[in-house]
Amino acid sequence: MKKKIKIKIKINGKIKNVDKNSKLSNIIKNFKIPLKKVAIELNEEIVDKKKLNKISLKTNDKIEIVHFIGGG
Amino acid sequence: MSKDKFIIAKRNFKSRLIVGTGKYKNMKECARAINLSGAEIVTVAVRRVNIVDKKKPLLMDFIDPKKITYLPNTAGCFNSKDALRTLRLAREIGGWKLVKLEVLGDKKNLFPEMIETLKSTEILTKEGFQVMVYCNDDPLMAKRLENSGACAIMPLAAPIGSGLGILNQVNIKIIRNQTKLPLIIDAGLGQASDATIAMELGCDGVLVNTAIAKAKKPFDMALAFKNAVVAGRQSYLAGRINKLIMGEPSSPKKGII
Repeated sequence: MKKKIKIKIKINGKIKNVDKNSKLSNIIKNFKIPLKKVAIELNEEIVDKKKLNKISLKTNDKIEIVHFIGGG
Repeated sequence: MSKDKFIIAKRNFKSRLIVGTGKYKNMKECARAINLSGAEIVTVAVRRVNIVDKKKPLLMDFIDPKKITYLPNTAGCFNSKDALRTLRLAREIGGWKLVKLEVLGDKKNLFPEMIETLKSTEILTKEGFQVMVYCNDDPLMAKRLENSGACAIMPLAAPIGSGLGILNQVNIKIIRNQTKLPLIIDAGLGQASDATIAMELGCDGVLVNTAIAKAKKPFDMALAFKNAVVAGRQSYLAGRINKLIMGEPSSPKKGII
């Protein structure tokens, strides 16, 4: 069986190993994040939430997923 | 009073009290305090989702953005770049265009960095944001913000979270007299009467967080601020008497036995 190649990416400051060519949509799905309540950045560029399944991740990609919390 | 409208960026609000959602013990307490305060606008911060603890409750589950206007802020930003990034992300979450800009300049006193604030206001306005701007109590800077497209001027009463109340009432009055924009006191209030003073100075509203969230009884303080804002507005509209340095009797002088 062919072994899947893993790549290192950073999500919200934490390093994660994911399969090479993983789609951003799969990563978001794995974290069970409600899409309507977040915004997503890939390498400091805002990502269109409708196009997550078209984005393949590369080594050292930086993903930021943010939402609203209490603040003054 | 029913015709007395509080309008920000062409939106009508009944309550002149805006409250922050930070520093509460938990979200349940925060939601109840907001409810008691009668606030229709709440400030919220943009932060990373906790990807480790997926069960952590979400603010939106406690405060419905369809019922309460979320005002995303840039708390924690110390330069224009970070503030712009934060508010662009906030807009992406669900189309929020009405925002609170807050660019800080000093980690200890939390005073606003006005050059960066001014720069950010210009850019955000051009991008279609409606920007309510946290600023110092300098009338000249307030004027420049107005000219840069701010939709509300929000000078501090005192340093954020300090509870000192309005330190420079004269400046607030000067800003009031020079602008037709909504003028909202933001930061530094300590007790309900501070809100009344702000409203009596002619401010259109007040923004409060710590004074309610950290009061011994946050629910009671939320209610106190609600009433204080109403009282202050009524007092302002009623028109105070002139100040005299000598006494003037309240009872008629005529007919004294």
